[in-house]
Amino acid sequence: MGGAAAPAWKAAERPPRHRPSALLWLAAGAVLLPALVPFGMVLGRSLAAGGRALGIILSGRTAQLVGNTMLLVIAVSSAAAAVGIGAAWLTERTDLPGRRGWRVVAALPLVIPSYVIALGIVSAGGPAGIAREIIGIPLPAMRGFVGAWLALTISTYPFVYLTVAASLRRLDPSHEEAARGLGAAPARVFRTVVLPQLRPAAGAGVLLAALYTLSDFGAVALMRFDAFTRVVYVQYAGRLDRTPAAVLATLLVLLALMVLLAEQRTRGRAAYHSASSPRPPRLVALRRRHRAGALAALSLLATAALVLPVGTLIAWVARGGTAGAGARLEWGAALGSLTGALLAAALAASASLPAAVLVTRHSSAATSWIERIAYAVFALPHITVALGMVMFAARYLGSLYQSLLLLVLVYASIFFAPALGSTRAALARVDPSLEEASRGLGLGPLRTAAGVTFPLIRRGFAAGGLLVFLLTMKELPATLLLRPTGFDTLAVRLWSASTDLLYARAALPALVLVAVSAVPMYLLATRERP
Amino acid sequence: MLMLVPRLLVGLLAFTLLGAGCGSGDADLTIYSGRSEELVGGLIARFTRETGIRVAVRYGDSPELAATIREEGARSPADVFFAQDPASLGIVAGSGLLRPLPDSITSLVPARFSDGQGRWVGVSGRARVVVYDPRRVGPATLPDDVAGFADPRWAGRVAIAPANGSFVAFVAAMILTDGEEAARAWLEALARAGAPTYSGNAVIVAAVDGGEVDAGLVNHYYLLRRAAELGSVHAANHFLSEGPGALVMPAGAGILATTDAPEAAEQFVAFLLSAESQRYFASETLEYPLVAGIEAEPALPPLGSLNPPDLDLSDLAGALDLATDLIASAGLL
Repeated sequence: MGGAAAPAWKAAERPPRHRPSALLWLAAGAVLLPALVPFGMVLGRSLAAGGRALGIILSGRTAQLVGNTMLLVIAVSSAAAAVGIGAAWLTERTDLPGRRGWRVVAALPLVIPSYVIALGIVSAGGPAGIAREIIGIPLPAMRGFVGAWLALTISTYPFVYLTVAASLRRLDPSHEEAARGLGAAPARVFRTVVLPQLRPAAGAGVLLAALYTLSDFGAVALMRFDAFTRVVYVQYAGRLDRTPAAVLATLLVLLALMVLLAEQRTRGRAAYHSASSPRPPRLVALRRRHRAGALAALSLLATAALVLPVGTLIAWVARGGTAGAGARLEWGAALGSLTGALLAAALAASASLPAAVLVTRHSSAATSWIERIAYAVFALPHITVALGMVMFAARYLGSLYQSLLLLVLVYASIFFAPALGSTRAALARVDPSLEEASRGLGLGPLRTAAGVTFPLIRRGFAAGGLLVFLLTMKELPATLLLRPTGFDTLAVRLWSASTDLLYARAALPALVLVAVSAVPMYLLATRERP
Repeated sequence: MLMLVPRLLVGLLAFTLLGAGCGSGDADLTIYSGRSEELVGGLIARFTRETGIRVAVRYGDSPELAATIREEGARSPADVFFAQDPASLGIVAGSGLLRPLPDSITSLVPARFSDGQGRWVGVSGRARVVVYDPRRVGPATLPDDVAGFADPRWAGRVAIAPANGSFVAFVAAMILTDGEEAARAWLEALARAGAPTYSGNAVIVAAVDGGEVDAGLVNHYYLLRRAAELGSVHAANHFLSEGPGALVMPAGAGILATTDAPEAAEQFVAFLLSAESQRYFASETLEYPLVAGIEAEPALPPLGSLNPPDLDLSDLAGALDLATDLIASAGLL
């Protein structure tokens, strides 16, 4: 049924559905190519191995790895969901003292690399741990599953916190107030009124947490937990034969797709539009007992997530100063980090606009695959993408190989999912009837997008770009393999010093990395209500 | 303020696009270094000062750089591969990507520390040792051969870094000297006894020194570097007197078959073997110099007194896959 041939009354009854233009598809798909092409090379290598690949997949060792990894993903995402939603509700909807400060504190762990968080946890426990020095009682040494779970929960709950807090700020408080007016207790209001409306935002955050856990290497390596990525690294490092690493990476993508399908199954079809900004909500007054409990919980979180890792770094810098290891500031590396991260953020955020339009306004089986692929790419071990890209670029891309441009394209590709998720969520809240009204008044699609839609989604768009910026600042494996020769970033300096146990020298770039990332994070967390 | 951001980004993008065409084109020699800038950056700067040869260095992990060179194949921009371990060099040599070095270079270093076919040369030596805590382990109770650690009285007391390149290379050496079955049995004994596993040598040394574990299998210089950084340490090194545990693994260098600067590359490798550089390795990285006449750090037993197993180090690369499989099937990876 062609749109033009449709009778006028039918068009009035149902909003007209324009076919997405090929240009939109091209713009949305192109950004994913720098990750998909390398993965294609890896997939090709797995398929070429044929029966041997099947043998690796069916081995008991692989089954054990899948079990370990899925257990970690489930445990981390559940904990991240609980911590993220809880912290968001406390800081957005209650009269907790110091709410503004807690908002920054709750979001800030996102700027700290997972291996630095893991390092903080490791140095706290055990017979020689910081806990023993300070409180006199040694905490158990946290390694293996528990350590990895703790470190990754801290690294990933801000994904949930940020999306849920933003969503709470957007939520029309009149529903909650009506429920409370009818006599429902705060807990019941939260469970039956607020939580269902948070479902899309929380789902997006938890999905990022789960997939980040799949792709993480730093924390699981330090905690000595056998997750997929660690074994993929080991296979690359210790082998002439590249097939097992390729097969395991392929399998990891299948796991990521399973996680995605599971999330989509539980997502449902609820949609909440709200055309205008809601007025500020009336805050829930916490009882004194609850307030003390909430403050204690947030303080504990801040200790594990911020005080421990940053304190460990500062202790090393101080120790290096006395041992005369000569700490020096790395301006070139800081500039390198900033350049790469800013460009990646700008590129990923810009590309998220056409993709988000496709996914929300032209929703179909085909467009939902753009989203799935973006998220699956987010879960790929970066070393797999990087080595696949080395293989492709050295052969076919000439002087683009080892250029900053290619590195930025790869960054934008592997971190596209958070940008898309954020822009998509913002776009989904925009009532399409506003756009239709604009079109009906004779404005073209581009002018409608620029004049009507974009101003409404600007914040979601910027938040997505910021997530990409923070993730790129921390990125290491792809940077090491694909950067221009001589191009340094703070993460590279940190790695370079810590491989030789020059902790004092590693700590300074790590602190600069945290400080530089903390500025935009602070702006995002304290931004005034719309 | 907000209007500035897009302009700034356009500027950055233009800068990037302009930069993309140049790359590292203004250097005479490109080195892929598996040794970190902290360790060898000063040495390479000295090379440029002395020869006027402009160098671009790409730092990374040796195994990852070896994997990179293999993926790049004939298009590799690298001229020299300067690696931390013989296995990474063996992998690149085994893929036919290194060219033979001249005798004037290979003759400087004892044959047992270089490739049998002269495709790479050892530059500095690193001995495998047992690091132990003298407060909890009597030096006299330590075995002479690493096989002794399979004994039940060591159950759960000896830390290993199963994913670390040096450990995998050591297991490969065990396969070559004692055979596959012996290596498998040894690894399984360790796994059954619950040997604590760590991510790397430095972490093991810190754990032993901190009293977290009794002993660990590592390379010799980690303890020396820790002592230099902290001022003093509790732990001590024990040099095994026989078997694969007495392995001395060189860091080494080779020249890419596809180099477009063979002369500068040879000059660089020769520079690494000069008396000046060898003394640098002895005093700065605390490794064994491999060129005759240069003394190691006085606190170390002399290189001549060590008894490494007799094998061609390039063969290690061939046994790596099996070593990784054995470590994995023992449940240690």
